[in-house]
Order: sequence, then C-alpha cells, then structure tokens
Amino acid sequence: MPDATFKIFRGDRGGGKLVEYNVPIATGMVVLDALHYIQAHQAPDLAVRWNCKAGKCGSCSAEVNGRPRLTCKTRMDALPLNEPITVQPMKSFPVIRDLVTDVSWNYRVNRMIPPFTPRADVEWKMDQRDVDRVQEFRKCIECFLCQNVCHVLRDHDKGEQFGGPRFFVRIAGLEMHPLDGLSRTDLLKDALGIGLCNITKCCTEVCPEDIQITDNAIIPLKERVVDDYYDPVRWFLRKLKGKKRK
Amino acid sequence: MASFACILMAESRIAVARSRFGQTSRRDAWWIELVPVVVVLGAFSVYATWRAFENEFYEWGPYLSPFYSPLIKITWWPVSPALLILWAPLGFRATCYYYRKAYYRAFFLDPPACAVGETRSHKYRGETAFPFILQNLHRYFLYVALIFLIILWYDAIRAFWFNGRFGVGLGSLVLLANIILLSLYTFSCHSLRHIVGGKVDCFSCVSFGRARHSAWQGTSFLNEHHMLFAWTSLFSVGLSDLYIRLVASGAIQDLRLL
Repeated sequence: MPDATFKIFRGDRGGGKLVEYNVPIATGMVVLDALHYIQAHQAPDLAVRWNCKAGKCGSCSAEVNGRPRLTCKTRMDALPLNEPITVQPMKSFPVIRDLVTDVSWNYRVNRMIPPFTPRADVEWKMDQRDVDRVQEFRKCIECFLCQNVCHVLRDHDKGEQFGGPRFFVRIAGLEMHPLDGLSRTDLLKDALGIGLCNITKCCTEVCPEDIQITDNAIIPLKERVVDDYYDPVRWFLRKLKGKKRK
Repeated sequence: MASFACILMAESRIAVARSRFGQTSRRDAWWIELVPVVVVLGAFSVYATWRAFENEFYEWGPYLSPFYSPLIKITWWPVSPALLILWAPLGFRATCYYYRKAYYRAFFLDPPACAVGETRSHKYRGETAFPFILQNLHRYFLYVALIFLIILWYDAIRAFWFNGRFGVGLGSLVLLANIILLSLYTFSCHSLRHIVGGKVDCFSCVSFGRARHSAWQGTSFLNEHHMLFAWTSLFSVGLSDLYIRLVASGAIQDLRLL
C-alpha cells in the first residue's frame, strides 16, 4: 500500500501549526496506529491521549479531515490517501499540547447533576421493558465528540449557560430510570440551558456509540420541560388543583 | 438553581479560538445537503402561498385539494378560504422537530453543517426567547393536526364516490396516498411519542402501562423514519393539490380507472 501524508497539529494553548509526516500504510490500520508510528519513528514528543484502542475508553477524540472522530475507529482505507490527512485537536476545548485537550470543563458540569435518587417507597425490582430505554444512554463512553461538535459550545461559546449533549444523555438516563424519583427539569431549563439546543443533530451524527442523542435523549427531555414550563393547559390545571411542579 | 448557574459561570468558560463563517477543515462538499432543503422548502412555500391566495380550481367532482380542506366558506370573509385553515398545517410543520433541524441549518445557517463555522454571535438564544420559544407549542399544533387528519381521511374516502357510485380515479389514489403519508408523518411525531408513553418512567407502575408501552414502541418505530415521512408527505400534499388544480382548470382530464 502507498504511504500516507499526515498534517498534524503541533503546538499548545499559545498557538501551533500543522506539521507534515509520511507514514507507511498497512492493511487494517487506523489513524491512531499512524499516530503511534509517528511517535515511534519521527516525533517521540507528539502528545496523543489514548487508552484502549478499541473504541470504548473515549480518549482518542480528535478531528480527522475536519470531522470529529475517534482516531482508533477511523480506518485508513476509509480516507482519501491522494491528499494529506489532517489531524487536529477537538476545537471546542483548550489545547494542552498537540492533540491533547483540556476537557475538565465537562467534569465540572457533570458534578452539577443530582445523581440517581430512588423514590421514597421504592421496591427494588425493575421490569425489563422499563430498563430497555435507559440502557442506550449507558453506552456513552464520554469521548466528548458530541460536546465538541455542538455549535452552541463550538461557535456560540455558551459554556457558561449550556450543559451540552453528553449531559443531556446522562440526565435522560436518570430521568427515565424507573426507580428514580427526582425531577431535573428545572436544572435542564435553567442552569443547563436545554432551550439553547436547536436540535440540529450534529451530536447524533458524530456519536461513535450510535446513541440517538437528539431523538431519544434531548427531544424527550425538551418535551418534559414543556410539560413543566411551557404547556398552558397543564399550567392552568396545576393552578386549578393547587399543585406545584413535580 | 442560582448556585448551579454561579458554578457554571465561575468555572466553565471554555477559552478557545472560534471559526469564521464557513471555515472548516472538512474536505467534503458539506453545503450540498443544504441545497435540496432550500430548493424544496423554498419552492413549496412559494407554490403553497400562491395556491392559498388563488382561491379557485381547488375542487373537482369528489376531489377537494388538501390546501382547502376543511372548506370553510364564510360570506363576510373577503379572501381565499384556504387562509382560514392553513395556519394549522403550517404551524405543525414549522414547529416540527425534524423541520426545525432542516431550516435552522439551511435557512438560518445556524449551523450550516456540522463542524463548519457560523456567524459568531454571543446573542444566540436558541429556543429560549421569542420567536423560537414558541416551538414549545408543537404539541398543540399536533392536536389540531389530528383533527385535520380525520377530515382529510373523510376527503380521501369521499374521493372514491362519483355521483353516489363507487369509482376509482387517479385523483382518488393520489388523495389516498396523500392521507396515508400524512398519517405516517403525524403518527411519527416526537410530541405524540412523548404524549402516548414517552413521559412515563415506569410502564409497569402505571395504569394501562402495557398499552402505553405498546403505543410508545409503535410511535418510536415510526419516529425513526420521521424525516422520510416529513418529506414524502410534503411532496404528496403539493402534488395532490397540483393534480386537482390541473383537473379543475381543465388542463388535464382525470384518469378514471374504475
């Protein structure tokens, strides 16, 4: 097979540039293999975050030819080799060095979410049909590609008002849990700003675990927020019965 | 909740360089997916507006154009009767979760495509402020759409009766195909999916849990194809109206099959 030319971002928070490397291609190779080859033979100081090389740890997220992807799941035979392949760090997070970004903002947002809180009178038994729905959300590997591609964070810089798709997935898993008794719609509406999401589905497009983030997590959560805040009939009935929101 | 907001503001700012409009490292022709949306939605909007104001050639024999159904003729209403009813399907489609994605991308370029730079604006408010906060009323347009569905089914069945006798014209089949596609589009709606069972956390703990779970599963199955039904039903509505207009104006003759 021919060699591939890579253009890889080298630099840090202060700036950087794309540096060219040639890599011999072998059958079955993925982009992360090429990065390892470059580390081993040409640039031992190239910073790359990785762990499992099996698409399960979510560490090796980057932008390959401008598309947010896991480098360990991006096969070389799926890329055009007649032109240089660019590999850049995730754009929505500050670069630490080369392809490694600082994703700690996500962990701070995560800490805001009240964890699983069982109902007071819960019977610790679950029906399979109740569990099926939330299992999809447990597939998330926290690669943060959805956070990276979301234009609310990427282009509008709304990190201070918006939680992002990863955390809507987490909240969906909690809200739809058959034994959980807590409502998080106030958190969704106010602090995590789910209304800023205009459901353009880029998060779903890049998810390496094929989680239907928009259709199965974000839109159902938006509908729950409508139930509690924007439905005039429900509001009227609540007033009539003297009830408060859940 | 204020404390959560304070935490976010204090700790969560992500300081990175932003893209200019259209800037991207993507190699593919990302703009191609915008073209059919702009062309089809734009053309449909122009055609539907023209037909709504035209106020003629909307019925022939047992056929009634979906743009004019239900036909409400009020003596004091000075313009087309279509203008009395078209707000409902227009509202249903305009607030539809699929169409929102399509027109936010194609018409508002917000974003134009995934990982493609857009006009940088800190004033972005998404669906939290007027007018887009009204998208939250989608479920009410759904309720009206369900009533319209019943009326359009009546129209489609009526289209098989010519002067009191059963018959099949090409128009009958066009209206039947149209109402089937409209039904699939309506029953695949995200709001309907929520209402019939999506809002239930524990199907085994509520009344009619088994029925609600089945209903939720059914709408979920249809929901996976919501985009397909959104487009095909848009085409079918437009083509149904066009066929009836051509027949009613005498440009073509209805093809009687039976």
